[in-house]
Amino acid sequence: MRYDSIIIGAGHNGLVAAVRLAKAGQRVLVLEKRHSVGGIAITEELIPRFHFNTCVDYIRWLHPRLLKELKLEDDRFKVQWTDPSVVTPLPDGNCLRLSADASTTAESIRQFSKADAENWSGFIDRIAQLVAFLEPLYSMTPPPVPDLGLEHLISMRGLLKPLRKYGRKTLVELLRVLPMTMPELLDEWFESEPLRGTLAASAIHGLCQGPMAVGTAYLFLHNHVGCRNGALRPAGFVQGGMGNFSNALAAAAEHLGVDIRTNAIVRKILTDENQAGGVLLGSGEEFKAHRIISNAGPSVTLLDLVGRENLEPRFTRQVKAIKYRGAMARIHLALNDLPRFRVFTDEADLRGVISISPKLEYLEQAYDAAKYGRCSYHPYLEIVIPSLTDSTLAPDGKHTMSITLQYAPYQLRQGEWNKGTKEALLQSALSTVSEYAPGFGDLIEDTVVLSPLDLEEQFGLTEGNINHGEMMLDQFFFMRPVAGWAQYRTPIENLYLCGSGTHPGGGITGAPGWNASREILRDLKN
Amino acid sequence: MTESRLFAGKTELRLTPFHARTAELCQAQEWRRWSGYLAASAYDLTPENEYFAIRTTAGLLDVTPLHKYMISGRDAAPLLNRIVTRNISKCKLHQVMYTPWCDEKGKVIDDGTVQHLEENKFRLTSADPNLHWLTENSSGMDVKIRDDSETTAALALQGPNSRDILNQISTVNLDKLKFFCLTHVKLGDIPVTVSRTGYTGDLGYEIWTERENALAMWDLIMETGKPHGITPAGIYALDIARIEAGLILIEVDYISAHHAIIDARESSPYELGLGWAVKLKKGDFIGKKALLKEKRQGPAWQFQTIEIEWIPLEKLYRNIGLPPQLPTTAWRTSTPIYVNKRQVGYATSGCWSPLLKKYIALAHLETEYSKIGTQLKFEVKVEHYRHLTPATVMRKPAFDPERKRSCP
Amino acid sequence: MSRRYDAIVVGGGHNGLVAAAYLARAGKTVLVLERRDVLGGAAVSEEVFPGFTFSVCSYVVSLLKSDIIRDLQLSRHGLELLPLESTFTPLPNDDYLIRWADHDKTRQELYRHSPRDAEQYDRFGQLMNQIGMAVKPILEMVPPDPSRLSFAALRELVKLGRHFKSLGQEKFAALAKLMTMSAADLLDEWFEFEPLKATISASGIIGTFMGPRSPGSAYVMLHHYMGDIDGVFRAWGFQRGGTGEVSMSIARSALELGADIKTEAPVSKLMVQNGKAIGVALENGDEFYSKVVISGLDPKLTFLKLVDEKELPQDFVTSIRNFRIRGSSGKVNLALDALPNFTAIPGYGPHLRGAISISPSYDYLETAYDDAKYGNFSRQPFIDMILPSVLDPAMAPPGKHVMSCFVQYAPYDLNGGWNDAQREAFGDAVVDAIAQFAPNIKDIILHRQVLTPWDLENTFGLTEGNIFHGELSLQQLFFLRPAASWADYRTPIRGYYQCGSGTHPGGGISGATGQMAATEILKEWR
Repeated sequence: MRYDSIIIGAGHNGLVAAVRLAKAGQRVLVLEKRHSVGGIAITEELIPRFHFNTCVDYIRWLHPRLLKELKLEDDRFKVQWTDPSVVTPLPDGNCLRLSADASTTAESIRQFSKADAENWSGFIDRIAQLVAFLEPLYSMTPPPVPDLGLEHLISMRGLLKPLRKYGRKTLVELLRVLPMTMPELLDEWFESEPLRGTLAASAIHGLCQGPMAVGTAYLFLHNHVGCRNGALRPAGFVQGGMGNFSNALAAAAEHLGVDIRTNAIVRKILTDENQAGGVLLGSGEEFKAHRIISNAGPSVTLLDLVGRENLEPRFTRQVKAIKYRGAMARIHLALNDLPRFRVFTDEADLRGVISISPKLEYLEQAYDAAKYGRCSYHPYLEIVIPSLTDSTLAPDGKHTMSITLQYAPYQLRQGEWNKGTKEALLQSALSTVSEYAPGFGDLIEDTVVLSPLDLEEQFGLTEGNINHGEMMLDQFFFMRPVAGWAQYRTPIENLYLCGSGTHPGGGITGAPGWNASREILRDLKN
Repeated sequence: MTESRLFAGKTELRLTPFHARTAELCQAQEWRRWSGYLAASAYDLTPENEYFAIRTTAGLLDVTPLHKYMISGRDAAPLLNRIVTRNISKCKLHQVMYTPWCDEKGKVIDDGTVQHLEENKFRLTSADPNLHWLTENSSGMDVKIRDDSETTAALALQGPNSRDILNQISTVNLDKLKFFCLTHVKLGDIPVTVSRTGYTGDLGYEIWTERENALAMWDLIMETGKPHGITPAGIYALDIARIEAGLILIEVDYISAHHAIIDARESSPYELGLGWAVKLKKGDFIGKKALLKEKRQGPAWQFQTIEIEWIPLEKLYRNIGLPPQLPTTAWRTSTPIYVNKRQVGYATSGCWSPLLKKYIALAHLETEYSKIGTQLKFEVKVEHYRHLTPATVMRKPAFDPERKRSCP
Repeated sequence: MSRRYDAIVVGGGHNGLVAAAYLARAGKTVLVLERRDVLGGAAVSEEVFPGFTFSVCSYVVSLLKSDIIRDLQLSRHGLELLPLESTFTPLPNDDYLIRWADHDKTRQELYRHSPRDAEQYDRFGQLMNQIGMAVKPILEMVPPDPSRLSFAALRELVKLGRHFKSLGQEKFAALAKLMTMSAADLLDEWFEFEPLKATISASGIIGTFMGPRSPGSAYVMLHHYMGDIDGVFRAWGFQRGGTGEVSMSIARSALELGADIKTEAPVSKLMVQNGKAIGVALENGDEFYSKVVISGLDPKLTFLKLVDEKELPQDFVTSIRNFRIRGSSGKVNLALDALPNFTAIPGYGPHLRGAISISPSYDYLETAYDDAKYGNFSRQPFIDMILPSVLDPAMAPPGKHVMSCFVQYAPYDLNGGWNDAQREAFGDAVVDAIAQFAPNIKDIILHRQVLTPWDLENTFGLTEGNIFHGELSLQQLFFLRPAASWADYRTPIRGYYQCGSGTHPGGGISGATGQMAATEILKEWR
């Protein structure tokens, strides 16, 4: 049978697109190569009886209309925002806490610097103002710069609201801040190292650059789009695990008549004279559809599934130049007890994100190794213990811990990703944690390490980049995934992209899927 | 790491493997650069002899500076088919095809020949380097691309006596070798590939061999050719011959899309009179989409041979008391062409054809003014002053002898 | 003593002199006040050691605008630019890379290392040309102020928009990407031979606090590609008699046009009355009065030293405080007994007539940068050398030579601070680095002058030793240079103007900022 639309990949963006298209009356088929839906928004029993968020631990911002329109706001989907959202233990036994309440945070900062504590509320106000401009930008389709017509200017009207509220000066300030490095941004506000490190850590998430790189200020802002006043580095944990978000989306889709097939590997997007008309599965099965929407990354979709031979050289060159450079590894631990960090007095400190970022230079030094194709000796770690807030994830009295580690470059200069290199990576993570939580190693029952190569192989993430493309300014907005094709369309007619490789990029936001489906529905009308 | 490596060879102008001979013969000491090589413009003090050798006996030209790529493997033909505009699936074994190739906008990057040497093995010749373009577009294909530019020596033997000369030394008689076909033979005991191709529009052959055979081959052909009036010929002579034959020259008659800087400098095959070489019915190839569109709309430009009428030109000179004065070599300066005082095109190269006794030029003309017989005005400078003089669009090529394609 | 002038220029650097000359040319009475006993600022020639003349700081000329040369008749006043015909990169394996002025020679040399690079080189040059053409009109315009909605600003913005539109999508995208990406990423898209990439990328790090892999370095590279001698793109030249002769030719022109120039006349304060500049006071107490005062100093000195802070709006002072001006380079000037003998190409040869670049690989440059990131000078620095005496034998006694070494990185904020011992250690590191490629260097050094960023600040008044009067990072360019709303050469004080490299379009011996400031001032007078 012929579908109206086939969506390749049941990641959350694919599912969002599926729901929106189905709502518009389309017959939609979603093909997922893995055993379950969700893509990287997934919760798996990686260790018997221990459930982990395999790739991503929490959400920060969801497309504002997503929850309402997809009717997710019911029992199936609950988000818990932890407070403090981030704690940073320090080698000297102190710790920094970032809380939702500005004065509480300022109090915590005061132990390091009085001036910083004074500046805190000014800083979060400024960040809130700046991201107020990004949020409408993230909900729109990038215009085809520089060929702007009136209709494109009208499509940018979302920017008027923050413009009226904060003024043109703030817009100019945004332009000034976007290309900054984190130390450049932070120098204007803060002096204390723990605070600088902890804020900078948010600007390198998933990036193979250190905080001293131009444009890290942009990623910092990206990671704070939609952040409610005061809560920097927010972390929303989904009840039952991240997979529940995807399951809720899938349920909504199926309710609307969408067919979802798992274990269905797409081998080829069938094209004829520049028109996409179907897909060929690994099993040999073929499905026809009027349009194909790919939730896979741009390189996978275009170079592998469409094939270079069907693309023009200039476009191929553009796609090949997309930078991925995954540098993040995930480590999952089954623990038989709650770890004891020297510095934490309150169990609440363990509920949020534990950030090993004592200073900004610590992060930059961690990156230096990656620059030469090595793993960091002293890596940046972001640690969560989801079982503390959600006891269903681990057996009684036991706990799950997930660690996001940077930097573990996809391309190792010496050797390759295998058991040995992964073991070495694990040891560097464990010894780093042990510095703050002595005896921690004794609690470990079992471990799973996912290298960037594992992420590529299991989740189809090119070079293990979980954002489907580096989140840098040269791959931002009208240049995502490539300049000239940022409107979710491709040079192949009827082939669309809807994954994180498109604007506004990575994170569990639903925005790319939302924006892509808007463009598809617009094409349907015309 | 010695000084000699730096300054005596490697990074100076390159010398072709025939240089020992050509340098000896080059009395005129007129040299020019050709693709980073030193190439003789003319051997004789008056290059006319070299031109007449090409048209009446045989001229021997060192064409080694051409870029030569060996493309082999299962996907050799598919790769070429993706790149060039002609249908390579129709290029039979031992056939040669002349073809342009385009970028994705359907604008010509280069033109050259594809020689089907063996099963799954082709040689591509080109004026510009194309290794990167070939490699870039071959990713994922089962094909090997080798740059043979340095290792393959090439001579062109052009002119009515060329067949007789080669037959005398070839292990296989070349009478049956058709226009745009090739064969592998030995000349004396030198293994070579002979293709019946050239850049003169005359009976002629191009001979390809390993670099180390170069001097022996030169000597053998020169020796054999002596009784047949063989003459080494330089670029001046070649230039006149190719203009008579209506053959385009890159960077003179058109600018490669890879070097154009601005769009207006680019040309499609249709605009260069190469529409016949664009096969839109074959599978997808680079630039097809744009070319389909251009074909539908019709090209804005045409490339034609024009004749600048002699009597009025002579009169312009006579009016000031001078006999007509034309350069003895071909010119390569862009010259405006008008109809009713509006510029409708420009000539990019031209010469006095010594054989046809006509002043001819190759010109880009707006399509509307490109039909054969159209009356034009051509800008000439007579003794420091500009004039417009009548010219006519003529049949291309201006010179097209039967012997070019016929077999005895 | 006091005399009234139409305009007073503070600082006899080349930009100040250009501004003075243009004003004098328009019939205004102008006084230039220079602190030192020599003119030229950082573009200065001095006989540092008897018989040996050096272009002490800036040593090559590429960006000097040809219309300035014509307008001020500089050739008549001694401007004589000799072309540097090659860039020679010796390699650790005793091989080398040379790029020549001649196309065929360069192609052949590249072909030796990589046939594909030889081919790409032309096309890369073409792209840089196109982008250069696209950027030039922007460099030549007075930056509009997007935060003010005046008719004039709007008109300028529309003009800018039209210019971008006229570039077309492809070129605009290339430009947009280039603004924020790293030089290494850009070059990786084009070339494979690393020494070539490293050497080209080196122009993307000159004067900056970035490595070739740092995003943002591509723009600086483009900035250096924009050089135009007599309208020819990308030609680097050496001024006969040293770079100081460029300044002197401008000074001679200014004098001829009627300007007064005083050396050894350090200005201590700008005199302000009712928010309007009325003149300057010298350190010795002399006062000079004028309608306008133009500062050729960097923004820090212009606003934080010469002016009483209370004359300026607070947010402007904050912006100038936040203006980044970290110096990262040093200069080592060597008086030599003979020519250096390079292992890669022994003896005398044309390779000594051009630039010699110690930049064998990305890693070499990045490692050099790593040192600087953490407050050390590079143990193995990037060095760009020329031998002026080979081009102009008058620079040294017969048979002897001068060698000018631009060195990176030498951070202004050196750990422990700069002192004599550190300066010598830095000089040793430079000589050691050269000795790896030219082992005889140590035996032929007669004299050595080492200039650290600290020296550059003290001797030449370059704050923090930054040769560009402020980093060339995106947030400090165009309408943000040196501060938002004050990028049009004006300042918050009426009658006070800025014309140094800290204004748009930035550093290099271009004279552009001086010329544009003069034009703006004359416009106002009219």
